[in-house]
Amino acid sequence: MDRLLFLFATGLARGAVFALFALSLVLIWRAARMINFAQGAMALVATYVAFAATAATGSYWIGLAIGILAGAATGWGAERGVMRFVPHGRPLTGVIVAIGLVMVLQAVLGFLFGPQFRPMRTPFDDSPITVGGIPLLSPYDLFVLITALVIMAGLALLFTRTSLGLQLRAAAFAPEVSRILGVRVSRMVTIGWVLSSAVAALAAMLLVPTELGLNPHATDMLFVYAFAVAVVGGLDSPAGALLGGLTVGVAMTLVTGYLGATAAPIGVLVLLVVVLLIKPGGIFSMKEVRGA
Amino acid sequence: MSGALKIDDLVVGYGGAPVLHGVSFDLAPGEIVAVLGANGAGKTTLLRSLAGLVPAAAGALELDGIDLRSLRTEDRARRGFALVPEGQSVVGELTVDENLRLGALWRHRGRSRDRAVDGIYELFEPLARRRASAGHQLSGGERQMLALGRALIAEPILLALDEPSLGLAPLVVSQLMGTLRDAAAARGLTVLLAEQNVTSALSIADRGIVLDLGNVVADADASASDLAADETLRHAYLGF
Amino acid sequence: MSMNPRTHSAARTIAIGAALTVLAIGGTFLLDPYWNFQLATIAATLCAAAGLTILLGHSGQLSLGHAALMAAGGYGYALTVNALTDAGIVGLPRFLIGLIAAIALAGALGWLLGLAAARLRGPYLAGVTLALVIAVPAVATVFSGVLRGDQGLQIAFEPVPEFLSTLIAVEQWQAWVAIAVAGVVITWLVILTRGRLGLRMRAVRDDEIAARLGGVHAGRTKVAAFVVSAVSAGAGGAVLCFVTQSVSPGAYTLAFSLLLVVAVVLGGLGRIGGAVIGSVLIVMLPWLIGAAVGAFSLPAEVQQRLAGNLPLLVFGALLVIVMLVIPAGLAGILPRRAPRIRAAQADASESTTPRHITER
Repeated sequence: MDRLLFLFATGLARGAVFALFALSLVLIWRAARMINFAQGAMALVATYVAFAATAATGSYWIGLAIGILAGAATGWGAERGVMRFVPHGRPLTGVIVAIGLVMVLQAVLGFLFGPQFRPMRTPFDDSPITVGGIPLLSPYDLFVLITALVIMAGLALLFTRTSLGLQLRAAAFAPEVSRILGVRVSRMVTIGWVLSSAVAALAAMLLVPTELGLNPHATDMLFVYAFAVAVVGGLDSPAGALLGGLTVGVAMTLVTGYLGATAAPIGVLVLLVVVLLIKPGGIFSMKEVRGA
Repeated sequence: MSGALKIDDLVVGYGGAPVLHGVSFDLAPGEIVAVLGANGAGKTTLLRSLAGLVPAAAGALELDGIDLRSLRTEDRARRGFALVPEGQSVVGELTVDENLRLGALWRHRGRSRDRAVDGIYELFEPLARRRASAGHQLSGGERQMLALGRALIAEPILLALDEPSLGLAPLVVSQLMGTLRDAAAARGLTVLLAEQNVTSALSIADRGIVLDLGNVVADADASASDLAADETLRHAYLGF
Repeated sequence: MSMNPRTHSAARTIAIGAALTVLAIGGTFLLDPYWNFQLATIAATLCAAAGLTILLGHSGQLSLGHAALMAAGGYGYALTVNALTDAGIVGLPRFLIGLIAAIALAGALGWLLGLAAARLRGPYLAGVTLALVIAVPAVATVFSGVLRGDQGLQIAFEPVPEFLSTLIAVEQWQAWVAIAVAGVVITWLVILTRGRLGLRMRAVRDDEIAARLGGVHAGRTKVAAFVVSAVSAGAGGAVLCFVTQSVSPGAYTLAFSLLLVVAVVLGGLGRIGGAVIGSVLIVMLPWLIGAAVGAFSLPAEVQQRLAGNLPLLVFGALLVIVMLVIPAGLAGILPRRAPRIRAAQADASESTTPRHITER
């Protein structure tokens, strides 16, 4: 029972990161109607930049800030340089182009940094606090949870309460009508990518320190998890990303807790298959139809 | 800024097949002109190319002397051109209020934006009652009101509407047309109204232009003695 | 005696396939052992690439995890061959039974994937196949009793048959076997795609609703396409195991799956000849780059990193450029999202055609 509670609590913290990453996928889905298969690799670039910045300055926080900026820049570069040329209405083209981008990014990172696993420091203690004799969350887990929730709340406010948010939503829901009304839709799409990439970078930077170490394939699994969240929660729904993220996080942590870390990829695969067989529309989503 | 539109020898096509074969006509400031024609005549293409959604292959498009063809769609809006597109153009996922604010974004800021929104609610009372409803919850008539209000809120000088009466009950149509005429007169708007509903369009228009298969075949005063009475013209192009 | 056109063309294809296979086998005499080994690898890769190009090009379904299907073939072959060896069966029967087991296992996995694919739109299927290939090492570890985890399985060495042993070396023999299997697989794929299944696949790819109205069972067609491509990949995996005498998760990685996609895209979607070109490319380019890098005097670690990553960089860049710059040729074969709308080329004003298909 203690173990269950511990795994559950830790699962929530991990789930918050998955939710954040899935949210970044939702942002791009809304802005560009594509699933960005390069999201993990782009976030990885930012994470390496953060790692280098922390190594150079000795400060985790400077590294984090620079990493977020790097993430934003990567999003801008990917959209302006590559993704905006992907023709609409051809979803597989977007996937293949993204795969090409992943290969390029991972090759560059592999060349610059090598295949070694580089441990990343956490700014707070990584060992669980004991509450009433039961180990629960570590201070770092709390930090992750709070950060993720704050960011998600911030994004919600941005989208629902600001003019920029209104334009972003309008450009995503009805690009042609928005242009007729004077909204600079292509700029909104770029901003969507920039935001999304910055959020994904943050999610990766929160997650990687809890893994074995930073390496050119550190975000492969994160993407698969986020993809599973998108399937569970629905790509069109930020609320679905949050709920789906927490669900997948807890489920995965339970799997790895009881069956070992190596079982994780099998766990995700089973989860994906089960959800897709039972409810192809996603458990939480209302609108998104992904059936063939 | 008066809203004078000049269309000269406009040729527009989709992937090789021209739909408009050299359309020419002018709009004087404050005029309400109806563009009539059967299905396939090119009315929608004309309006969409005015908006910049379809590139023109040849010809001139000038609003108060400004070459529209050199501007992208969003910039034409900022020059005073507003389009109410055909069919469902209300953003269903946004509320009525958000749809209106969207239309006002580039034109008004802060307090003046609130005032502009209130102004539209005064013009269209039913919208005021539904301000928090999502676009897809509105009836057809309410949506057209919203689309029109959203176009007016940016204070355009030229307003184009593509079949606003489509799918609406006759009573709603006449109300809409009445509001359109009054609003246009109050704001000194130039209006280009593409319609299949000939009677309601001619009821508020100063002039009527008939398109047939991408060519202008008639350009005359909208009064009964000219357009509506010419039987051969009417029969050939309007079908009755 | 007259044959109906389909049988006639199938017979012709078989004749051509046999001729090309014999030609390729003849070519092995011109190569030294190292190159024959490479040739065998290319042939194994070709089986998988050909299957994938059919799946993507003719059926419009993207699999990012084809290496997992090869792995199924490889492990199926290894397990069967080991069991047969223990039972005292060797030689040709052992090889054939192993091969059949490989394609049966891969085919079964392909069938399951096909069932999922029939219900999923493109990117979602791609994501599921991605998750599948990432799970391969995990499966090997979790079932390590049978599959031996990261170490993998070894199989008994298959020597050159006695009547040939004085004529050719073992690498050449392996190349012969690989080429023969590839020849059979390719010929079979060509016959299929030119036949009714090919027609059905392309109908479903281009306009699923129209196809269904025309009486084509879309779901079954997609599943069939997956099974066909899985069987090809499984054969490739078996051959790879035969050539390397081992099978392990490290041979069937995500990176390799993505390289298969590269091979298919660069070679030309749906074209078997393209799959040949692509397979040669993905096997040979890394070797070429490695050799080129070695020609410069660079510190060892730099050289290693360069040789390891430069091919990936080149392939990735080529993938992006080919997909974006040659849309008419390649993307023209990729399925469009319904409804069918001809997209006008974007100009400065980023115009689009109207949502309605009829013109006004």
